Amino acid sequence: MLNKDLHLVDDLSKAEKAATRDGFGKGLLELGEKNKDVVGLCADLKESVRMNWFAEKYPERYIAVGVAEQNLAGVAAGLAFAGKIPFASSFSVFSPGRNWDQLRVSICYSKANVKLCSSHAGLTVGEDGATHQALEDIAITRVLPNLVVIVPSDALETKKATIAIAKYQGPVYMRFSREKTLVYTTEQTPFEIGKALVLKEGNDATVIACGIMVAEVLKAAEVLEKEGISVEVINNHTIKPIDVETIINSVKKTKAVVTAEEHQKTGGLRGAVLELLAEYDVMAVSGYVAVEDKFGESGTSVELLEKYGLTAADIVEEVKKVVKKK
Amino acid sequence: MQKKAAKKEMIKEASSEISIKKLELTANKIRQDIIKMLFAANSGHTAGPLGMVEIFTALYFKILKHDPKNPKLEDRDRLILSNGHICPVQYACMANSGYFPEKELLTLRKINTRLQGHPNRLDLPGLENSSGPLAQGSSIAAGIALAAKMDRKDYTVFCLMSDGEHQEGQIWEALMFAGNKKLNNFIGIIDRNNIQIDGYVEDIMSIEPLRQKLEAFNCNVYEMNGNDMKEVVVTLENVLKNRNKTTRPSIIIAKTVPGKGISFMENKYEWHGRPPKKEEAEAALKELQAEREIIINKR
Ligand SMILES: Cc1ncc(C[n+]2csc(CCOP(=O)(O)OP(=O)(O)O)c2C)c(N)n1
Ligand SMILES: [Mg+2]
Repeated sequence: MLNKDLHLVDDLSKAEKAATRDGFGKGLLELGEKNKDVVGLCADLKESVRMNWFAEKYPERYIAVGVAEQNLAGVAAGLAFAGKIPFASSFSVFSPGRNWDQLRVSICYSKANVKLCSSHAGLTVGEDGATHQALEDIAITRVLPNLVVIVPSDALETKKATIAIAKYQGPVYMRFSREKTLVYTTEQTPFEIGKALVLKEGNDATVIACGIMVAEVLKAAEVLEKEGISVEVINNHTIKPIDVETIINSVKKTKAVVTAEEHQKTGGLRGAVLELLAEYDVMAVSGYVAVEDKFGESGTSVELLEKYGLTAADIVEEVKKVVKKK
Repeated sequence: MQKKAAKKEMIKEASSEISIKKLELTANKIRQDIIKMLFAANSGHTAGPLGMVEIFTALYFKILKHDPKNPKLEDRDRLILSNGHICPVQYACMANSGYFPEKELLTLRKINTRLQGHPNRLDLPGLENSSGPLAQGSSIAAGIALAAKMDRKDYTVFCLMSDGEHQEGQIWEALMFAGNKKLNNFIGIIDRNNIQIDGYVEDIMSIEPLRQKLEAFNCNVYEMNGNDMKEVVVTLENVLKNRNKTTRPSIIIAKTVPGKGISFMENKYEWHGRPPKKEEAEAALKELQAEREIIINKR
């Protein structure tokens, strides 16, 4: 049974589809109206990251930096020092991929109030291929002190997160995706930075996911339920600071954990969760659904998710395997 | 004035009319292949590849020292594509010159293909570098050129770059390096088509005065109309001829028309990153076929 307090879409098969990048674009547009300090910067990918809506409505607060991601991060830091709330955008492979040093020192070390918001994360980028598929960005951002790292799970949540991070004072990295995916939350579903959501309660295993994998986990949970396996589903949208209490309590109960993310299997959500369990001496069997230390390739997003083992069916398999280990 | 007249003179005495006509026909075939590939892929970049057809054709079918049947030929010239997104033009030239079967072109961007959306050197023999993230090729080209110097090799490194790419710091780091290390075997070609994704380069983040910038980085600068086959061949031959008379890298600013050859695509930045739909592909191929007849009927 879905957690009633969260007002999720009851019937997933009836859920609409939208890209998380659209949620970012809408959130930013709304912020433009609400807060005059919000400025948008983009490195020649305005429409792809959906900053075009903000740019059209607030041209005086939109800054095109050209194809120059290092400068993007640095200029954003400068704007932040002078009191602006800069949203700086590109693709995840380039930002934080290319501008990691600027992110580390000009933004994180300096506590610049910059919101680095990047689209086209993960394999679902599709045909552009490996060079454009960020599968390492969670790892390289969550190691940075002072940085909040958010991976919202659907378009509506991304919109809420965009608005929330503008209120939060400090550096944030948020990653989102190109492909349309299920919108399983509603306007009433809460969002709070650092507060993971238990979407569904269960006893046999905890499945912790972020980003577009959360909806896949919900689908998997339905299948598993029918086979008599009861899973607790956690949407862990904030990778850092991670929600210690929610995760620890759940895994203490189920003693089995599976993570699901559109990222390399090391350094990302799985790493964050397992580090936490080790830190708190929580004993549990574990498994994961993630990319097996490989680069991606060209293909449709559906083909790639299948080939790299990131579907609901893969989650079902993994949960069964892990539960057997108990 | 004098310079212009001298250039014209050179063009006249250049490579025979016949070989230029042959290259133009090849270029026309390459354009048709690009349209077919992008339509089949249903994603990818159209404007950039079409604008660079003459230059890639001249390189693969006349200028480069290479052997499509032996892509690892030791002293081959190296073609480094820095703006990887225009790879359809490179793939089409590679297939048509015998690196791999032409029918494979239609696998572009499809799952399990060797023709990745952005080139992967590990997938396809004949690709020197993997690219996509702009500007990386410039430094790689400089590194290869330096290795050639260290090993006293005579091959040339052609580094293909775009204009939008010149907004990246790395390009200038690479050029500063190439100038400093006296890499006269480094020949850069800049696709100066004045478009990038978000609009015209001049509007988004001007890179002018480009020529003066390049000169200030200790490069010899040439300019050419990148869509005039004769001028392309003559300029490239001229740069190669001058190569050993200078210690500087050479950079050719190639003025090109993005979307060249297809009336409704030319000079429109909207065609940077979208493929033709069915009717558009058909119309494009029709225009190219008509153009082919014109080339054939040229004296
Ligand atoms: C480092 C990096 N940043 C951003 C991109 C996304 N991108 C791909 S092509 C492009 C436009 C660059 O302009 P140009 O190469 O001149 O484009 P064209 O003339 O081919 O349309 C951008 C921003 C990229 N590939 N690499
Ligand atoms: Mg350009």
